[in-house]
Amino acid sequence: MKLKNFVQLAFCSLIITLSFLSASAVSAQQPTPSDDEVNAIARQLFCPICQNTPLDVCPTQACHDWRELIRQMLAEGKTPDQIKQYFVDHYGARVLSEPPQTGLNWLVYIVPPVAFLLGVFLLFRAFRAWKRKPNEPVPEVAGGPASDEKDEYVSRLEEELRKRK
Amino acid sequence: MEQDGTNPTDKPRRGAPLWAQLLIWAGLLALLVVLGLGLFRAQHPILSVGSKVPDFALKLFDGYPYQGANQVSLAALRGKVVVVNFWASWCVTCADESPVMESAWNYYQPDGQVVFLVVDYTDVDAKALQFLTTYHLTYPNGPDLGTRITPIFNRNIAMPETYIVDQQGILRAEQIGPFQSLADIRSAIDPLINGK
Repeated sequence: MKLKNFVQLAFCSLIITLSFLSASAVSAQQPTPSDDEVNAIARQLFCPICQNTPLDVCPTQACHDWRELIRQMLAEGKTPDQIKQYFVDHYGARVLSEPPQTGLNWLVYIVPPVAFLLGVFLLFRAFRAWKRKPNEPVPEVAGGPASDEKDEYVSRLEEELRKRK
Repeated sequence: MEQDGTNPTDKPRRGAPLWAQLLIWAGLLALLVVLGLGLFRAQHPILSVGSKVPDFALKLFDGYPYQGANQVSLAALRGKVVVVNFWASWCVTCADESPVMESAWNYYQPDGQVVFLVVDYTDVDAKALQFLTTYHLTYPNGPDLGTRITPIFNRNIAMPETYIVDQQGILRAEQIGPFQSLADIRSAIDPLINGK
């Protein structure tokens, strides 16, 4: 009876030990990054040899190689920033979907908001000018005061036009 | 008589103040200059034959040094003819051209008057090294880190391309597309070398 208990205990210990060993072996390996994880970084980069093609949708063999490189670097534990920096070091800042804020690149960040604010300012001025315009003339009554005002307005207008000739 | 509270003698309202108008025009002019320069560069992508080639430094792959050094600059090679060749592992015609380049390197290497600087354009390093091994290439070879060298020669590069720089650093010949034979390369290089 004691021998049977000892064998059962030894068997259970063996099973538990093997389970721990296999679990630690699995956790030592980095899981292979999924396509979604790779593409999350690839879409922040542009193909270095194609024109305006994001790396995640680029169909060429070269782009496939670069996506595999991203997968490999992720598996090695590199962060997205480290991977993007690697691409910049190797292929230049032109591969970034968002250009770095240096040199003439500042134009990309400055011109659109400045143009937008300028447009808002011009629209604001235009609306204010329209509001200041005199009201629509009331329908004329023959011989009434509106007719006199109109005559005076026309004469002033003609005078102004003569001055500007 | 005043009408609607306005004085008929008032001056008509002007637009934006002068400083703002000047600022807007200056901004537009600057934008036009930038666009114009970009257009000019787009229409003149290739360094023309007869031009002085700007200096550049090429970091070489491990195992592909030049005289034991793992980096070489064009300026350090004054007095020699320099063959600058652009290739990539993903370029099919580069594979076709590589035996021709290797045979040319073996032909010119012994007397040291001609140096090959072979530039790997936008490639994965592991693939590039695999390519060099597969095709048994031995000439000095390195990646165009940051894509800084390629735009010096051609901003719209089409692999492979070869540029031949004389002893004074002047571009003397260019080959867009692969060289087909050793004789082709020799016809471009030999006129620049004494005694060939």
